[in-house]
Amino acid sequence: MSEVLLEVDHLTKRFGGVTAVDECSFTVNEGSITALIGPNGSGKTTAFNMITGYLKADSGQIHFRGNTIARPRPADLYRRGLSRTFQQARIFPELSVEENLVVAAGYSWRQLFGRRVSATDKELARQMLAEFRLEPLLELPASDLSYGQRKLLEFAAVLMSNPKLVLLDEPTAGVNPVMIDAMERHIRERNAAGVTFLIVEHDMQLVMRLCDPVIVLDQGAPIAFGTPAEVQSNPKVLEAYLGG
Amino acid sequence: MKRAISRFGLLRVVIFFGLLILVPILGGPVWLLNMLIFTVMYAALSSSWNLLGGLAGYPSLGHVAFFGIGAYAFAIMFQGSVGDGFSPFLALPVVGVAVALLSVPIGWVSMRTRADVFAIVTITFLFITQTLAFNLNSLTGGAQGKSVAPPPFDVSTYDWPFYYAMLALLAVAMGISFYFSRSKIGLSLATVRADEDKAHGVGVRVTAVKLIAFAVSSGMVAMVGCVWAYYVGFIYPQFAVDPLITIGMVLMAFLGGRGTLWGPVLGSFILVPAQEFFAQTFGASELYLLAYAAVFLVIMLFLPRGILPSISDRLRRRRLAAEGDARDAAQLSEVQDASKSPVTSEVAR
Repeated sequence: MSEVLLEVDHLTKRFGGVTAVDECSFTVNEGSITALIGPNGSGKTTAFNMITGYLKADSGQIHFRGNTIARPRPADLYRRGLSRTFQQARIFPELSVEENLVVAAGYSWRQLFGRRVSATDKELARQMLAEFRLEPLLELPASDLSYGQRKLLEFAAVLMSNPKLVLLDEPTAGVNPVMIDAMERHIRERNAAGVTFLIVEHDMQLVMRLCDPVIVLDQGAPIAFGTPAEVQSNPKVLEAYLGG
Repeated sequence: MKRAISRFGLLRVVIFFGLLILVPILGGPVWLLNMLIFTVMYAALSSSWNLLGGLAGYPSLGHVAFFGIGAYAFAIMFQGSVGDGFSPFLALPVVGVAVALLSVPIGWVSMRTRADVFAIVTITFLFITQTLAFNLNSLTGGAQGKSVAPPPFDVSTYDWPFYYAMLALLAVAMGISFYFSRSKIGLSLATVRADEDKAHGVGVRVTAVKLIAFAVSSGMVAMVGCVWAYYVGFIYPQFAVDPLITIGMVLMAFLGGRGTLWGPVLGSFILVPAQEFFAQTFGASELYLLAYAAVFLVIMLFLPRGILPSISDRLRRRRLAAEGDARDAAQLSEVQDASKSPVTSEVAR
């Protein structure tokens, strides 16, 4: 079977008296599109933030590609092949669309002193934009993009470094239905090309269509794990969502 | 967003520096050259500050500390003799590099904070430096000040070497600014300015580029401090590490446009002469400071991002509007693809 790409091992995070993530453990298998769902406040984004190094865990560890990451730092993880998007579509509005992609592609020390956008950079950015059908926007400032376009751009940008695992935080929230379809298609295409996904998402129809397996969090800890069908019929999940 | 060296840009540089080079040769009233020295000095300071404050978005209020360190370094090195008067200028790069290296740990500590906290931390550094200058008597002469040996320059052209040294430093500062904005250093700094956390998340070497900007910026300011100390000949802690100099370089960059090549230069060429003019008009009554502030307030009120960005923004919007009109007319019969017409949203705004 497929190998474990990411292992989250007893992560815990407390904010004052509130335990946002509580001894949370789960794994993400290579090649999968794993969903992380749960009611509001169940700790999904907090878990994301700890996995990607934006938040220091109180205890617990993560293992990525067989290595224990003792002190997760975003830039370091990005270079190791773990990247993420944000709920609010964070791009660099002052930069052009092209520059948003180029800066995310990663560069060596020598390139740091080289041209802002080299011919190679340009070509790579153009290819990525062509895949996302955003080519006409190449030279526009990213601040001119619509919200949905920004989400696509952010997604395209994190793909520039050829990551192994991409964490998407609500990739379709606040986006129109056409854009949701586009996003789903891009996720499937990239998954077929070998990228593993871990997705936090509230659109259950999309999750049931796209993801397998599904992890359900409630009050900071996983309460269910399995195929979409299994999770849907799990009484604990129903209770968490509908209250009891 | 293209940044190719346009013929127009090159022409602007040639005319600007050409004119400034010619000023002493063509002559003119004595006060003109004296004022120009300080104008160019502030342009160089502001351009150097802009490398960090403008490009990286870290508004240092402590940069005059490096100015003072440069000034004192020069005074200590050349208190006895300056030889033919020209050799001290050769020591400038040495001081610049030394101060740049010295500034790395300071930058590393202070840039762990951001925005207003960073401003406070750097201002603290300013006052620490000033206090040291007052109290390290054996090194700085304390409140008695310290003098640089007077150079044996001809009286009629006494100001020239200082003027050209300042001009050269301005050229270097602008050259670095231009180079940064066209390299991946500038691209990385722009991401730091826009969203530093996100920059980490896409693998930008944030700490490295911030330290590069901090060190280069500090080293440049220190070299300007050297020339200033040499020119004025006698330095005191309260003037070498003067918060007003810090405020000056920050205001000028804000006025002309932070993060632009010409913004700090434009700001200096407006504010320094304005300050001189008001000081003359209102005499020693300090009223000139009010007038100085008024100029600044009026411009910031109407052009909040500084003169150059506001103007170029307006031009861009007008051009896009014109293009959008043309495109709309052409596409009238075509089906509008929502994802392909971002220009219309720009026009609507």
